[in-house]
Amino acid sequence: MDPSRKRKIRLVVALGAALLLAGALAYTSFSASSEARTPSQLAAGSDPGRSYQLTGKVADGSVRRQGATITFRVRDRDGTGSVPVRYTGTVPDPFREGREVIVTVRRQGGVFVGERDSLVTKCPSKFKSADQPAR
Amino acid sequence: MGVLGRACLILALGVALYGIAASLYGVRTGRREWVASGRRAVYALAFLVTVAFVVLEVAFLRSDFSFDVVASHSSTTTPTFYKVTAVWSSQEGSLLLWIWLLSLSSSLVLFLTRHRLREVAPWATATLLGFGAFFALLLVAFAPPFGQTATPPLEGAGLNPLLRHPSMMIHPPMLYSGYTLFAVPFAFCVGALIARRLDAEWIRSTRRFTLAAWLFLGVGVLLGARWSYSELGWGGYWAWDPVENASLMPWLTGTAFLHSVMIQERRGMLKVWNASLILATGILAVLGTFLVRSGILDSIHAFGASTLGVPFVIFIGVLIAGSVALVISRRVELRSEHRLDSLLSRESIFLINNLVLVGLCFVIFWGTFFPLIAEALTGTKASVGPPWFDRYTVPLVLALVLLSGVGPVVAWRRATLASLRRTLLWPAVAAAVVLVVLVPLGAGDRPLALAMFALAAFVASVVGQELWRGVRARMAMSDDPAPLALVALVRRNRRRYGGYLVHVGIAILFVGVAASSAFRHARDVRLSPGQSAKVGGYDLRYVKPTAELANEKISLGAVVDVRKDGEQVTTLRPTRGFYPSRDVEQFGPIGRYFEGEATSEVGLRAGPTRDLWTAIQPDIQPLMPIIAEGNRRFAQSSGDVQGLVIAAIAARYERQPPPATFRIIVSPLVTWIWVGALIAVGGALIAIWPVGAGARRRATAGYAARVAREIQPAPPARAEPAARTRARA
Repeated sequence: MDPSRKRKIRLVVALGAALLLAGALAYTSFSASSEARTPSQLAAGSDPGRSYQLTGKVADGSVRRQGATITFRVRDRDGTGSVPVRYTGTVPDPFREGREVIVTVRRQGGVFVGERDSLVTKCPSKFKSADQPAR
Repeated sequence: MGVLGRACLILALGVALYGIAASLYGVRTGRREWVASGRRAVYALAFLVTVAFVVLEVAFLRSDFSFDVVASHSSTTTPTFYKVTAVWSSQEGSLLLWIWLLSLSSSLVLFLTRHRLREVAPWATATLLGFGAFFALLLVAFAPPFGQTATPPLEGAGLNPLLRHPSMMIHPPMLYSGYTLFAVPFAFCVGALIARRLDAEWIRSTRRFTLAAWLFLGVGVLLGARWSYSELGWGGYWAWDPVENASLMPWLTGTAFLHSVMIQERRGMLKVWNASLILATGILAVLGTFLVRSGILDSIHAFGASTLGVPFVIFIGVLIAGSVALVISRRVELRSEHRLDSLLSRESIFLINNLVLVGLCFVIFWGTFFPLIAEALTGTKASVGPPWFDRYTVPLVLALVLLSGVGPVVAWRRATLASLRRTLLWPAVAAAVVLVVLVPLGAGDRPLALAMFALAAFVASVVGQELWRGVRARMAMSDDPAPLALVALVRRNRRRYGGYLVHVGIAILFVGVAASSAFRHARDVRLSPGQSAKVGGYDLRYVKPTAELANEKISLGAVVDVRKDGEQVTTLRPTRGFYPSRDVEQFGPIGRYFEGEATSEVGLRAGPTRDLWTAIQPDIQPLMPIIAEGNRRFAQSSGDVQGLVIAAIAARYERQPPPATFRIIVSPLVTWIWVGALIAVGGALIAIWPVGAGARRRATAGYAARVAREIQPAPPARAEPAARTRARA
C-alpha cells in the first residue's frame, strides 16, 4: 500500500475512534447527570428513581439531628417552597441554617434522601453574608 | 496610601498600553529602540504593580480599616501570618497577586531573552502586556482594591476561618505562579506564529519557564488536595469540584506540551499540535482564574462576585479567536519537516501520550462545563458527579502510567520489536510478580487498583533498569564508584533523568490514589464518651470530650483512643473550632460565639502504610437553652463577664458531654501520594536546574551537529548507522 493512502486510513480510523469516544462521553453524561432543581420544582413532581441536584437554602429552624442522620428542609432561594431532606453523615463545616447548599437527592416516599458526601455548602466569600442577614 | 495604590494601578494600565503600542510600532518599522522601550514598559509595570501590592500588604499588616478590602477580610485579632495571606483571600487582592506574578515572570523572561529572538520577542512583549493590561483594567474599573471609606469601622470582619491554614500562605501563590508562568510560552508562541519563526527556538528559550509553570501549578494543585484532606472535615483529597478541575486542565495540556515539544526540537514535527497545545494551556489558565473568580459554576470555592463575568468572557473569547486565526493562517509554515517513520517509535508513543492527556483534559472539561452545556442544549441545568468522572479518567490514567514506562525506552524514529522485548522483559516480570503477590492478599476484587499497582511496578523497574545501565556504562568508562557514576550520569543529562524521576514519582502518587480510593474504610458514627466503633480492623473509643478557648475560637473536641487487637496504636484528638459570628442581633451576645463559622481540625495519624483519620462534629444543640439564658441575662455585661460565661458553657460541655458524630476513615497508602509528589518535584527541579557552561556547550554542539547532518544528508550507505546513533542519543 502506498504511504499516503496508509496515512489517510490511519487518520480516518483515529478520527472515527475519537468521534465514538466523544459520543459515548456526551451520551453517558446526559444519562448519568442529575438535573438541578429548586425545592419548589421538586415539590411539584419528581421520579422516585432519579437523582436530582437540589439547590436552595437550609430553612431556618428546620435542622434536626438524630444519631448520624440530619433532617432539614431546603427552601427556595427567594421564595417559600421547601422540601424535606434526610442526610446521613458529616456535613461540611459551613453547613448552617440559612446557608445555601447543593445536595444530590433521590426521592424515597415523601422524603428526599441525600447521597453520601454529596452535600456542598457554598462558602468562603459568603463569609460576609453571615454579617448581612438581609441576604 | 490608598491614593498611591490607585495611582500605581492607573499608571500600570497606561504603561501596559504604551508598551503594547511601542513594541508593535518598533517591530513593524524595525526600530529597535522602540522595541527596547516596550520591554522596559514591562519592567515599569512590574515596579508599579509591586508598589501597589506592597501598599495593600502594608494596609493589611497595619489593619487599616479605611480600606474596604482590609475591613472585610482582616481584623486586629487576626494573627500576623494570616494578615499577610488575607490579601489574596479577597477578589481584588487575588487579581492584584495575579498581575504582580505575571509582571515578574514577564520581566524575567524578557530580560533573559533580550539579546535573542529579535523577531519574536516584541510580539511576545505585546502579548504579555496584553494580559497585564487586561488585569490592570479589571483592577482599575471592575474590582478596585484601594476603595476607601471616610469612616473606617473599629474592627474588621476577619479572615474566613476556613482559610486559616498554613497552606493559605503558599497554595494560592503557587497556583497563580503556575498560571502566570504559562503566559510566557503562550506569548512566545504567539510571537513565533506572528513572526513566522516556527523553528524550536522559542520553545528552547521558554523551556524552563514552561517547566516551572508546570511545577508550580502541580504543587499548587497538590497543596490544595492536601489542604482539603486535612481541613475540610470531609476526608478526601479530590472531589472533581469545578475549581479543582479548572487548575488541573492547564496542567494536563501543559504536561502534554512538555512531551510533544521534544519531538519538535528533535525532529521538527508536530508544530501545529505544539502551538495549539500551548495556546490552549494559556487559555485554560485564564479560564481557571475566571472560574474561581466569577462563580459561574457552583463550587465550594465559588467566591461569587459576578461583576467580572463579562470582561473575562470577552477576554477569553478574544484569546480563543486570536489563537485559532493565528494557527490557521500559519498552517503552511507549521508544516512538519518530517513524517512519522514508524508506529513503534518514541515519536508515536509521545503522540499517543499526548492524545491520552488531551483526552483526559477533554473529559474533565466536558464534565466541568456540563451544567452550562446541558442548560444550553436542554434548558435545564444538570451536572455529573464523581462516578462519571471516574469512569473515564481511571482507564485514561492507567494508559498514561503504562506509556510513562514505555516511552523512555523506545528509540526515536524506529524501534524494533526485538530491542523492545529486551528492554521491557524485566519490567514486565516485575509487574507480573506484583500481580502474583497481591492477588492472594485480596487485591483481586479491585482489578483497576491492582492494574495500577502492576503498572507502577513496571514504570519503577523501567527507570531502575535505565539508571543501572547508565551507571554501569559510566563505571566501565571512568572507573568511578557507583554513587559517583550515578551523579555524573544525572548531571550530564538532567532533563532526561529528571524526567525519569518525575515518572517514578507520579507512579508512586497513583499507587497511593488507587489504594486509598479502593481500599478505604469510612464510617460516620455517633458516640457517647466510653463507646467505641470498629473501622477497618481498628477499635476507636471516645474516651472523653475536650473544650478549650483559644485564638478567638471555642474548640470542642474529643480524645479518641485507637487500638488494634487490644494493643494501643495511638491517641487522636479531633476538634471543631467555632468562630464568633458578628451578628449580635440574630444570635445574641453569647450565642454569636457558637453560631459563626466552624472548622474541623482533624485528628490524623499518618503512616507509611495507612492513615487513621478522624473528624468530630460535637452536638451543641443541648447547650442551646443555656446559651439562650446567657443571651438574656448577660446582654448588658462587659466583655470580660461574657468571656467567663462562654468559658462556663464550654466547661459544662466538657462535664456533661452529649453524644458527638465522628467520621472515621482508615485509608491505606495516602502518604504515598505526598511522597510521590515530592519525588516528582525533585525530578522537576533536577530538570529545571540551570545547566553549567560546559554542559550547555556540549548540548549546543550536539544541536549544531544535528543541524549540520540535517542540511547535509549523509550518503545513503551510511544513513542507517547515523539514524541509529541518533536514536541512542
